[in-house]
Amino acid sequence: MTDQQKSYSDPISYAAPRTLDEAAALLSAGNVTVLAGGTDLMPQTQSGKVKFKPLLMNVRRVAGLGGIAEAAGTIRIGALATITELLQSELVRDRLGILWQACEHFASDQIRNAATIGGNVCNASPAGDTLVPLLALNARVLLVSKPNGALVERRLPLAGFFVAPGRSQLAASELLAAVEVPLPPRGFAGEFFKFGTRPGLDISAISMALGGVRENRTLRDVRVAFGAVAPTPIRGPKTEAALEGRTLDAAAIETAVAAALADIRPISDVRATDWYRRELVGNLLRRMLSHVCER
Amino acid sequence: MSANVEIDFTLNGVGRRVSVTPGMSALTLLRDVLDLTGTKYGCGEGECGACTIRVDGVTVNSCLMFAVDCDGREVVTIEGLASDPRAQRLQQKFVEHGAVQCGFCTPGLVMQANHLLDVHPHPGAAEVQRGIEGNLCRCTGYKKIVEAIQDSGSESVRSELTL
Repeated sequence: MTDQQKSYSDPISYAAPRTLDEAAALLSAGNVTVLAGGTDLMPQTQSGKVKFKPLLMNVRRVAGLGGIAEAAGTIRIGALATITELLQSELVRDRLGILWQACEHFASDQIRNAATIGGNVCNASPAGDTLVPLLALNARVLLVSKPNGALVERRLPLAGFFVAPGRSQLAASELLAAVEVPLPPRGFAGEFFKFGTRPGLDISAISMALGGVRENRTLRDVRVAFGAVAPTPIRGPKTEAALEGRTLDAAAIETAVAAALADIRPISDVRATDWYRRELVGNLLRRMLSHVCER
Repeated sequence: MSANVEIDFTLNGVGRRVSVTPGMSALTLLRDVLDLTGTKYGCGEGECGACTIRVDGVTVNSCLMFAVDCDGREVVTIEGLASDPRAQRLQQKFVEHGAVQCGFCTPGLVMQANHLLDVHPHPGAAEVQRGIEGNLCRCTGYKKIVEAIQDSGSESVRSELTL
């Protein structure tokens, strides 16, 4: 690497604020690249895909941005919670099973130990592993800024938060403080499935989350979300409507597959063709629904 | 021009103060600034695990970690495992099982295997395979590596690093 390239790829200054107030104040001044786990930021900046803003702000030492806790029917996952911490959380395993499963399929141990849920959300990848179950779980994001000398909070549903690959409604002056997940109804269960050629580390060719409350051979409160089949992770409203309250027989499953194919808008890229993605979604939905029927 | 940042951290049990640029990786800090070349540069993007180090008790890819983020933390590299009883046993088992061929992946694998034994002191083959999924070896086909790690876990040897 030449010296010129090196200085080009380096921020000019660095800050590691200790409080949310301090971090929000730095952000409101503008020109900040936010660092948390670094597992996406480092390769993106090294490859030149993302250029550093003049100030690199490391939020890892900001108090109050970690932890996973339940209060008043909502599970709050601090932005700095690592994927390993989510896997170790009984609350996540017992109540947010599809998110826990996605964490199990997330990259490698070394990356799970560093990567944060806030980073996965802010990176806004159409293939982001935690985003698909979070969408299915009706998650919200808590965004904090300091526009006029006082901290302001804004909550947005995750559905609608992502606008394009790598882009979300997060303003440059805002920091993602937490992901909030309303407790799913008792009995809510589901599956997360990710397809890639190397089980964990591969970026998904497609991913899916399906959940609901099972009553005999029907599903109630059905939630379906897909990854890597559209410019952003998406919910599958047509699939959900096709499944809600229906007896899960062969005909209902085929109706749901047709609905899923109408929900998704896959493209061809290095990981898979659009045709292959459609095949995968159809076959995996059939497989997941037959698992649900067998339980 | 980037302004350098002074950081203080513990490296293999010894307090260090160094000056780094904000965009520098922990791997570059270890290899190029501190001359600890046991940690390898493989892919530079977190796919291969050759650069695995231990930070505050868990393993991470040092190529994905910003050097500035080492500030205030406890970092252990393969050099820091040299006198650890359990790591020595791992090393011996790697030799006995023929788990080392070109050797480039070995420091990262020993770091990760040592961490795996913290979590699963007596791992089964599936647990070992799962635990080292972030480490690539292009020579051995993994069989001997998995056997060496399992064999290391057959008797309990306490790591002095275990938090």
